[in-house]
Amino acid sequence: MTSSRTQAKLWYWQRASAMVMAVCVLGHLAVMIYAVRGGLSAAEILGRTHGSRLFASLYTLLVLACAVHVPIGLVAIAEEWAGWRGSKVTIGAGLFSALIAIMGLRAVYGVVAA
Amino acid sequence: MTRINDFRARNHPAYWAFVVHRVSGLALAAFLPVHFWAMGLAIQGEVALDGFLRFTDQALFKFGEWGLVLLLALHMMGGVRILLVEFGPWSGLRKNWIAGTLGFGIATSLAFALALIS
Amino acid sequence: MTKNLKVKIWRGGKEGGFATFDVPRQENQTVLDVVTYVQRNLDPLLAYRFACRVGMCGSCAMTVNGFARWTCRTNVSKVEKDGRLEIAPLSHLPIIKDLVTDMREFFDKGARAKGQFKGKQNRQDEFARVDPKSKERIAANAGIECIGCGVCYASCDVVGWRPEYLGPAALNRAWTLVNDVRDIQQTERLKVVAGDAGCNSCHSLGSCSERCPKQIEPTAGIAGLKMLVAMAALRGEI
Repeated sequence: MTSSRTQAKLWYWQRASAMVMAVCVLGHLAVMIYAVRGGLSAAEILGRTHGSRLFASLYTLLVLACAVHVPIGLVAIAEEWAGWRGSKVTIGAGLFSALIAIMGLRAVYGVVAA
Repeated sequence: MTRINDFRARNHPAYWAFVVHRVSGLALAAFLPVHFWAMGLAIQGEVALDGFLRFTDQALFKFGEWGLVLLLALHMMGGVRILLVEFGPWSGLRKNWIAGTLGFGIATSLAFALALIS
Repeated sequence: MTKNLKVKIWRGGKEGGFATFDVPRQENQTVLDVVTYVQRNLDPLLAYRFACRVGMCGSCAMTVNGFARWTCRTNVSKVEKDGRLEIAPLSHLPIIKDLVTDMREFFDKGARAKGQFKGKQNRQDEFARVDPKSKERIAANAGIECIGCGVCYASCDVVGWRPEYLGPAALNRAWTLVNDVRDIQQTERLKVVAGDAGCNSCHSLGSCSERCPKQIEPTAGIAGLKMLVAMAALRGEI
């Protein structure tokens, strides 16, 4: 069971990551609308992302912000709509956070460096 | 026993905004691991990633992509509204931002649809 | 105007259902008038609460056609649909009988949120000086008219989803005291209104602010509490 102090901290971590993501997502939406014109192709995508420090840093930031933001939101849904409580919720959230971070950073690596 | 409210009590804009925000967040959360797995195919090489992209050239997938763009736009702007409600000077439930969120979602998804078919 | 109203009223306690009554329609008639008519003429066993019947005490709050309202201040013409009314007890509170709910948890949560004032001056001291134009006093004044009717509590879905959630009224009261510069329990108060049982579970659904019969906006006070709680948590005070 998390303490109310931890819950308060999770609250502001979720809001802080949301502010970061608002900026990054605006950029990501623009990138997607630009990239999808004329169809998606790996050559085009990788041509833009390969070796790009800018892409690497922005999308690493986005991935890490997701790893913070998403699980905290899921905890609220699990507790309020599914009625789940207790450590299984926090552990599940932690695992999902790790999943997002690992898979996301791997994906960034994949399109930038691989 | 206690009674709970039904849709009649929930039929107001700030409530719909909450439902849209939560459901879109849930859908995006489910999509994220799939998205990361797909982009991670680049580690296996350009051909692997391209093979997957060709597979998603079907209409159903394009519709799904469009849907996700819409959900992302709605979730983001709805989130900005919540940040204003919580951090900004109090200005009511910011219903103008609800309308703005919807507008932004429509505009973004329309832009994406147009880009898709171009 | 229809001659009779078809009124469905919740009957029962732990188990229950709607019973239908025919009530003569009047030119000027409140929902409380309707309930009173039923109890006096059609079903003397109907249990319901009221006191002032003029919109001051909040005792007559019930769910009318799905919305929590003060029945003494709800004109039938404003809510009836094709001559039909549905009257039920407030949501989210245990039902004692028919339209009467057990409000103990509502008031307990108000107390738990440190809804009591505690100052450090006594009658020998000078009067406290509080500037009515100060930001804190304006914020407090926006919320002090609450009479604890329970309409916001019944309207808030987070209350339904989280049994431990203190609710809009308790948090609004805490907010008015947080803004009372004479109160000396501020740190303890922030501790109890923080977390999932407190302000951090509010998702700004806004049903409380939409339905409050005194036009109080608990969402505003709860947003203010979120800020104070966040800063206190950052500084390690709570």
